Amino acid sequence: MEWLYEFPNMDIDSLRALKKGIDSGFRGFTREYGVYIENAFEPLKQFLIYSEKFMLETPWPLIILLIAGIAWFASRNRRIVIGTIVTLLLIGYFDMWEDTMRTISMIFVCTVLSIVIGIPIGIAMSRSDRLQSVVNPILDVMQTMPSFVYLIPVVMLLGIGKVPGLIAVVIYAIPPIIRLTNLGIRLVDKDVLEAADAFGSSSWQRLKNVQMPLALPTMMAGINQTIMMALAMVVVASMIGVRGLGQPVLQAINNQYFSLGLFNGLAIVGIAIIFDRTSQAYGKRLQKYQEVVHG
Amino acid sequence: MVDEKASPGISVRNLYKIFGNNPDQYIDLVKQGMTKTELNDKHGHVLGLKDINIDMPAGGIQVVMGLSGSGKSTLIRHINRLIDPTAGEVLVGDVDVCQMNPAQLQEFRRHETAMVFQKFALLPHRTVMDNTVYGLEVQGISRSEQVERAQRWIDRVGLTGFESNYPNQLSGGMQQRVGLARALTNDAPILLMDEAFSALDPLIRMDMQTVLLDLQKEIKKTVVFITHDLDEALRLGDKIAILRDGEVVQQGTGQHIVLNPADEYISSFVREVNRGRVVLVQTIMDTSVGLENREGPAIKIGTTLEKAAKIMTDGNSSMAHVVDAQGKMLGSLDIQAVISSMVTPISHDDPVAAE
Repeated sequence: MEWLYEFPNMDIDSLRALKKGIDSGFRGFTREYGVYIENAFEPLKQFLIYSEKFMLETPWPLIILLIAGIAWFASRNRRIVIGTIVTLLLIGYFDMWEDTMRTISMIFVCTVLSIVIGIPIGIAMSRSDRLQSVVNPILDVMQTMPSFVYLIPVVMLLGIGKVPGLIAVVIYAIPPIIRLTNLGIRLVDKDVLEAADAFGSSSWQRLKNVQMPLALPTMMAGINQTIMMALAMVVVASMIGVRGLGQPVLQAINNQYFSLGLFNGLAIVGIAIIFDRTSQAYGKRLQKYQEVVHG
Repeated sequence: MVDEKASPGISVRNLYKIFGNNPDQYIDLVKQGMTKTELNDKHGHVLGLKDINIDMPAGGIQVVMGLSGSGKSTLIRHINRLIDPTAGEVLVGDVDVCQMNPAQLQEFRRHETAMVFQKFALLPHRTVMDNTVYGLEVQGISRSEQVERAQRWIDRVGLTGFESNYPNQLSGGMQQRVGLARALTNDAPILLMDEAFSALDPLIRMDMQTVLLDLQKEIKKTVVFITHDLDEALRLGDKIAILRDGEVVQQGTGQHIVLNPADEYISSFVREVNRGRVVLVQTIMDTSVGLENREGPAIKIGTTLEKAAKIMTDGNSSMAHVVDAQGKMLGSLDIQAVISSMVTPISHDDPVAAE
């Protein structure tokens, strides 16, 4: 009856051989193609560097004006703009300006990349049930796999630095925008689509005139989620050399500096709230046409 | 303005539609006479339309009437092929819509048809103007022309001043005016109206029917109008086809259907109809009298009994004579016959009330 208590597992040697095989296979792949892959990501790296340089080298009052301006354009809400300015001033006053700029730059690039990749995937998914059934489990894996696990191959391929950090963040943050683009398009009223067809819309016209505009509020919710998840990854990304608010937090964990961790943590919360309120208010404004209902 | 195209007639020939996973497999069984219930019970497929043959008059209003589930909305969607048939033909002019490739179909939908929907199906994120121009926008016409042509119809359906409102800000009746303006702006020779007025309350519905009839006098399009309301069908239809369980039970003019209901089902409908508004004077006039015997007021051919009765009672005359457009006498009419024909008979076996 021993087998009842001892799971009949694969024998140790073949298991070791299997793991070794996978590892050496991947290592071989890295050695063979690592350079090409690194080169392929070069434009992204330039984008990251450029964006960070912009945030760091622009005088701080201009940055505050710029961010407040974006918040005003998106939300048309005075309270959100004032909250934004006060938060940024406090962050600067507590000497976290540079790290915050690095983090904002990183989040900005990650969000742009997620949108650029995620929306077309979401659109494609909405058009094909088969693709949806393939992509959905992949998104599940991306969201539930502990991020440290996919950090390993990324670091092996690309080393430590901005680009692997970017990839790790995007893998974690892209699922909501894909899912909600897909959902938003699928939820578009069938009657309205039928009308678009009846007037002879091409499939591009259908997408551009009907599906995208009507899915936009849902897609904005996805973008909001993506930004929030990207921010949540800041600390993890700092482990592979992404500079910003995550690094002091990591330092604080290692050395038990409570106040350092708290201040930087609060700074992350602060910019999270700015991004969240602004993007939500924008999403809401997109639905303005639904607000005034005939009595 | 774009030249008015002569509106083509539409012929639906031997049209079948089966809903389900393998419609082609069962089409022969249905052609051999399998019923809707049998098909559903044995094979889990739904028979939507069965052997539909309708000739829709060019430049006239064809009404397709039936209760919900009768397949009327399915039928109208075959004309611009929003639904593909399982078998059969839909000839517009002499082109079979069912044989068109996607590019031809797109052109056909852009230029030959326009549709009005029961639930309006307006684009909620677009203003009245931007909704109205939709068909032209899809065709790639310049914005200034779009607006110019749309404005004409917005004014015509009585929405002037609401151009920059969103659909949500309008009442149901006004939203459907937008739907109508959107369809008319397309200037297509065929107008498909799928229960276009059913969601409106009765007064507004009457109002919209009047708008449509007035417009039709000038635009002379081939209109296919779907409704579940017999009064609406009789008011609008030059020709009416009645659908039940996916089959045509009877078709003809409104008067023909009211006077000669094909079966119990239809007579149960027509029993409630105000015959005075449907039956025409020439149907009941007495042609046996001498044609020089012009008694009472002259009543033009094509007048309804209700109107004739009013003319006669206003003139305080118990007799009248029916004349054609040239004023030639065709027969005579007495008030008793008029009134008895307006009264609903007990059963359809006895269509024109007995003396």
